[in-house]
Amino acid sequence: MDKSVFAYIWRHSKAEQIVILGLVLVSQFLYFISLTIPKTIVNDGIEGKAFKKAPEIPFLKFDLPLPGWLFDQGSLRLFDGFMLAQWPYLVAMSLLFLTMVTVNGLFKMQINTLKGRMGERMLRRLRFELYDRMLRFPLPHFRKVKAAEMAGMVNNEVEPLGGFISEAFIQPAYLGGQALTALLFIMLQSLAMGVIVIVVLAVQAFVIPQLRKRILVLSKQRQLQTRALSGRIAETVDGSQEIHLNATSNYERADIGRRLGQIFVVRFELFKRKFLAKFLNNLLSQTTPFTIFLIGGYGVLFGDMQIGSVVGVLLAYKDLPGPVKELIDWDQHRTEVQQKYEQVIEQFAPEGMMDPTLQALPEGPVPALAGDLETVGLTLADEGGAKPLDALALSLPLGTKLALVGPATGGRDVLAQVLARILPPTAGSAKIGGSDLLALPESTVGARLAYVGPDVYLFPLSIRDNLLYALKRRPMTKARYAEAALAQHEAERAETRRAGNPDLDPTDDWIDREAAGAVDNAGLTARLVAMLKVVELEEDVYTLGLRGTIDPKVKPDVAAAILGARNALHETLADPSLASLVEPFDASRYNRNMSLAGNLLFGTPVGNVFNPDNLGRHPLVLAALRQAGLEAGILAMGVKIAETMVELFADLAPDNPFFEQYSFISAEDLPEYRGLLQRLAGRDPSQLGEDEQARFTALPFRYVEARHRLGLIDAAMEERVLAARRAFAEALPLELRGAVAFYDHAAYNSAATLQDNILFGRPVYGQARSAERVGQLINEVLDGLGLRSRVIEVGLDYNVGIAGKRLAPAQRQKIGLARALIKRSDLLILNEPTSALDAAAQVRIRDKVLAAAEGRGVIWSLGRPALADAFEQVALLQGGKLTARGTPAEIAANPLYAEFAAAN
Amino acid sequence: MSLNEEVELLRRITLFAKIEPSKLKLLAFTSERVIYEAGQELFRQGDAGDSAYVVMEGQADVLVDTPKGPLTVATLGVNDIVGEIAILCDVPRTATVKAKSRLVTLRIAKDLFFRMVTEFPQMAIEIMRELAHRLDQTNRKLREAAAKRAD
Repeated sequence: MDKSVFAYIWRHSKAEQIVILGLVLVSQFLYFISLTIPKTIVNDGIEGKAFKKAPEIPFLKFDLPLPGWLFDQGSLRLFDGFMLAQWPYLVAMSLLFLTMVTVNGLFKMQINTLKGRMGERMLRRLRFELYDRMLRFPLPHFRKVKAAEMAGMVNNEVEPLGGFISEAFIQPAYLGGQALTALLFIMLQSLAMGVIVIVVLAVQAFVIPQLRKRILVLSKQRQLQTRALSGRIAETVDGSQEIHLNATSNYERADIGRRLGQIFVVRFELFKRKFLAKFLNNLLSQTTPFTIFLIGGYGVLFGDMQIGSVVGVLLAYKDLPGPVKELIDWDQHRTEVQQKYEQVIEQFAPEGMMDPTLQALPEGPVPALAGDLETVGLTLADEGGAKPLDALALSLPLGTKLALVGPATGGRDVLAQVLARILPPTAGSAKIGGSDLLALPESTVGARLAYVGPDVYLFPLSIRDNLLYALKRRPMTKARYAEAALAQHEAERAETRRAGNPDLDPTDDWIDREAAGAVDNAGLTARLVAMLKVVELEEDVYTLGLRGTIDPKVKPDVAAAILGARNALHETLADPSLASLVEPFDASRYNRNMSLAGNLLFGTPVGNVFNPDNLGRHPLVLAALRQAGLEAGILAMGVKIAETMVELFADLAPDNPFFEQYSFISAEDLPEYRGLLQRLAGRDPSQLGEDEQARFTALPFRYVEARHRLGLIDAAMEERVLAARRAFAEALPLELRGAVAFYDHAAYNSAATLQDNILFGRPVYGQARSAERVGQLINEVLDGLGLRSRVIEVGLDYNVGIAGKRLAPAQRQKIGLARALIKRSDLLILNEPTSALDAAAQVRIRDKVLAAAEGRGVIWSLGRPALADAFEQVALLQGGKLTARGTPAEIAANPLYAEFAAAN
Repeated sequence: MSLNEEVELLRRITLFAKIEPSKLKLLAFTSERVIYEAGQELFRQGDAGDSAYVVMEGQADVLVDTPKGPLTVATLGVNDIVGEIAILCDVPRTATVKAKSRLVTLRIAKDLFFRMVTEFPQMAIEIMRELAHRLDQTNRKLREAAAKRAD
């Protein structure tokens, strides 16, 4: 990238800059004309000087006034004009003035729009270029950079650059032109006044930048401090667990407090300096009108100067300090931006950046690698001179299943990483079939090699998208756009090219099904499920699917299938021995295994409006309760619950977890309820104030008769709740229909999980192992209908969360393995990819992975040498060297290996 | 059966007899009522113990695995508590318990039980008393058995 921000801007926006400069030039001409008009209006239109000689004078006669020393006649006649009397002349001139102002304004707007577009384009280009460079950083460099700082630089730090880019050339041209025009005008009126103005401007132009030198230093400091602060905040997020575990929150507070203090000092200093500069600037610019008044006034009083000229000079001067000040600002901006640009560029030019050609988009399928893998003198030395890999020589046919064993620091994990091109070797070479592994294009390595280490990074996408991530090396099928969208898409593409961004469309289909061994989406899903089985994750994904939700509009077939499962399950439940397990939803019956809230709504709340905690306050619910004559009943229930809670929990310490687990009333609220009950003293609670009643009314909505067993819901109460249920459903206005998903036996409930949709009821409390038995029934029903794969598909849509944190470490490792397996690479490099699994699972998955990689090469760095017996070859790495190699039987006989194996 | 009835039942169990009714009510409220059909197992010998059960209705057999097959060593009835040893000292279940008829139990989870004991020391004393009593009985049986063998 160019070292100078100007060179960078000019290189990428020449054409646009020239067009805008041309417009600026034209605008200067218009500006000059608009300056001469007020003078004419005052002198001729109002004072009528020209009309003293003739009754009519020409309007729109255009003379370009030029000083005598330049042109003999003093001016150049451009147009003769129309003859007008004084009053029409004044009107015409005033209208002309208005027109010129408008035209000027429109011109300015057009220039600004063009400038803005160019600036945004350049900003887009710059941001993209930075990101592009980041993608070409050598991998070890990422250990030295902080994610938040990189993001901050691409996002925030180059933002002011965007603003400046649009003004880099235009602003000085425009403002300079404006200032020169104004100055020229003043000079034409009076040479002396012109000279004075120039002197004052020169002082201004010299003094102000002097003041600003320190400002520049300070703003650089501010940039670095702010960047470091973002880095520290990100560290706090990443290290939040350590902060809590070590109780260092106050230490962190101290650090951030100090940093903010330093930023404050710098910012305040900047503030002070800026205002000092502003003050001086204002002072200087006001001294000029002072001299114009004095000298111009003298000229009118004692010389032959016209008042109109003085007014004209004043008007011209009014416009002068603005441009000059902005020019000075621009200059300051320039230095600031140059420094910022350098600062950022420096961070994006680490040594050893990858050549862009290595990342070129592949034209088509990448041919398979073949031949031998051969390393010669492969060495990796760190800064301290230690050699995790020391002149390692290894040669084997690509299809070999090789186990790397040895001590953790013996070099086996480093070798795996070097072969996967994560760590660049300091010396030596690695070749596959004679071609240099390190010089292969990334697309070849990405397609024909796979690597999984102990730490797997997952994108915050669904499991499916994480697995398919291994197949998105090039757009396979172009996205199709409808007529209307196509025009917009084409416009966007054109703009993309103008900004120097690559003409690639993320909405294209990037998934290389062929690489996964599939032809269509169904085949691909089958391959995904097969890989999940290899890594023993299929069952987990199935469970996630059962707990997942779907939108029946998007997946009507799944919804219909689940409804089928619901019917099948309910048929099974008709068996008397199973009927006691589930209490189905029935619009005409109170469900004793469901909360009062659930019974009232008879549906799942969507969003917060009808959340059980808000139910007692919602006017619609209250109205339904009133209509059903349930108000007093709910109030009495609330009082009864409060009494029981006060009795049960009164003696417990407020921090006792019982409160959270079992109480209807939190520890903080308990004393308040005790007070309320004392005041009530057994009287009818309806005598209480409205607020106090509301406190009790809020309590019963989470009450489940079968679970809490307080005997509060009798048959009469059930009837009333059913009446309230009907009243609520009838009164629910259209705009709130979306806030409840009602239970309807014939419809899929989009707010509920797959499992709840199948169940369409509540598991009965108190039935031994009911959850387990119900789960088993659901499995049987789904298997019977052949719906297991459908559920797995829903499970594949499960979002794994930031860095896969919503999954267990073992699950993350399994997805990492499946992701590597799906692309069917020629060589699978594994570096303790199952370390989070238990020993038995490690053995099982080793066998399954080796079977899945049949006919292809595997190099597996093993943490436990006992796993090596299933491989064709075993290599022992100690001290960065290959110390023994052979078949499992051969190497077992090697004394070095025997010694190592005995110790592990 | 409502909470109050459950409390009445709990009070008749020696282990809980001297504990205040309000504490028993808390125990009942925080415990889960679990119903077993005849033949269903509450737990199996060798399992890790996670809860104790109080029989509220019905009967259950206590079975011990022997080389000749399971042997019924006792039958539990209303007011009996079972499974408390496993949750007190973290040993695997020493016997299998199976519902003989429809069985209604109150399942007291391990952590709940411990929290109650820490919160209300009176309960701990009662449990100690009960256990000491059982130890005494076991010792006596052991002496008798030893004496028999000596004969």
